[in-house]
Amino acid sequence: MGLHSETIVIPVVGDLVAPRFDLTPEVMVFSVEEGAIKGERLFVLPQASNEELCQFLLKEGATTLICGGIEEEYFRYLEWKRIKVLDNIIGPAKSVLKAYMEGKLKPGDILGL
Amino acid sequence: MPIEGNKLAYLSRFLDHVPLAICLIDEKKRIIFANKAFESLLGWDSAKIRGVPCCAVLRQRICSDNCPLQKEKNPFEVSLDSDLMTFFRKRINVRSTFSTVTGEKGELLAYMECLEDTSKVFEKGFAWDRTYRFGRMIGKSPAIEKVFKLLPLIAETDSPVLITGETGTGKDLLAEAIHEASGRAKGPFVKVNCGAVPETLLESELFGHEKGAFTGATESKPGRFRLAHNGTLYLTEIGDLPLSLQVKLLTFLDDKIIYPLGSTKGIKVDVRIIAATHRDLERMVKEGTFRQDLLYRLNVVRLHLPPLRERGDDLKLLVDYFVHHLSVKAKKGVVGLSQETWDLLRHYPFPGNIRELRNIIEYAVTICDESQISLNHLPPYVLESERIETLPAKVYGETAPAALGENDPNWRQVEKKMIIEALLRAKGKKGRAAAMLGWGRSTLWRKMKIYGL
Repeated sequence: MGLHSETIVIPVVGDLVAPRFDLTPEVMVFSVEEGAIKGERLFVLPQASNEELCQFLLKEGATTLICGGIEEEYFRYLEWKRIKVLDNIIGPAKSVLKAYMEGKLKPGDILGL
Repeated sequence: MPIEGNKLAYLSRFLDHVPLAICLIDEKKRIIFANKAFESLLGWDSAKIRGVPCCAVLRQRICSDNCPLQKEKNPFEVSLDSDLMTFFRKRINVRSTFSTVTGEKGELLAYMECLEDTSKVFEKGFAWDRTYRFGRMIGKSPAIEKVFKLLPLIAETDSPVLITGETGTGKDLLAEAIHEASGRAKGPFVKVNCGAVPETLLESELFGHEKGAFTGATESKPGRFRLAHNGTLYLTEIGDLPLSLQVKLLTFLDDKIIYPLGSTKGIKVDVRIIAATHRDLERMVKEGTFRQDLLYRLNVVRLHLPPLRERGDDLKLLVDYFVHHLSVKAKKGVVGLSQETWDLLRHYPFPGNIRELRNIIEYAVTICDESQISLNHLPPYVLESERIETLPAKVYGETAPAALGENDPNWRQVEKKMIIEALLRAKGKKGRAAAMLGWGRSTLWRKMKIYGL
């Protein structure tokens, strides 16, 4: 993966960012190259759990996680694995992604509701 | 459903002073208001979350599958245990109580949710902190320590609990301790002695009856199950429960619905069952006096209280506690036991266990007019030396029945937590953690692999 490539993962419930990281089996994965979205995939994990999602993020080579509530333990683990985590985000996944791409998204943001 | 302007300002001024996290929610399930205690518990700025869907802010486990606001248009007061994720990245156990705020004409103005941090109750009062106590129970022997270690984890779950042990070992105290340490602590703890109520009355006592259900039923009666709603129902002497009622109890454990006598309409109740017995239920199943399927249902979590004679050093701890406690209560200056009295008690088999020990000390403290209890202060029957050599007839065999099967999912959960706790306490040193758990290093390693730790 080149220097300007990113893999952004957003756990979702329907179109919205899932309120909780540990209770979400559905995740959207966005591949970004040179600041443009090149791919978008939706995955449904066999079960919702912190461990399952963390494994998924590592397997997918995620560089950024945008999520709702996440426990400190897993937040630190992912940061230790060099994944940027923007948590406590509320809003539609697409609006949140747009704000992130524009460099405007920060932890705790509530968008488009 | 408008609640705004003056009404909201008035309510918010009032609610901000309530030391309980409260939020008001509109008909579209959006936050209208959150008080100061809510802000400090969840970490959100109340101004920022106004108009945001409640599930996105509260982030409770019940939001997705058991939200009472989704189920009921006008929910009556409902209390549910759940957990939530705070802004500070902390998952906490809470008890949520939902109710409605109505106007002068009874119109719905808002839903109100009160949140109580139940993990705090748990940490402060009932964590096993190596002070030899859990709730009102005392002990430091390995046998009782094992029970104390498991208790916080068992209290957290909602599974039925079966407590076994000889008479006088503290089954009632254990049931109370589990209730007090659980998220249901604020709810009622209702005790029913299945052996003390005549069979003909027991059904009505437990499940209630409708007016006119039988001759003399001039009024409806709610029954103990309904009285224990949102709390714990403790069924002591479960071995004495008649077979006909065992079926009804089984139905409740399956469906969480009770059918009062004379009623065809079932009533849903949220009750945790703790059952206790001094009888050997396995033997009763073989004899056909206890239903096997009920035993399986109750046997989800099983705790066995060891008899006093198997509790080693606890005898000294309990003697000291009772002497001090009962002496203060009786306004006596008794401070201890003479050496010969202690030697005698040390070899006494205590067939009535801790209850008998307490009675012996109470008798001695009452009789004693000195600072030390001597042999002549003990009840005469204790002094009969031949009894000392006689071991009591055990209801249970030498080995306690297995508390939880290795393949039981609840046990796996409990064991995983025990491993994590031991590792944390040992600061990651596996050798020390294994020693704490009473295992070899290889057992710990194998179990960690099984649980993916």
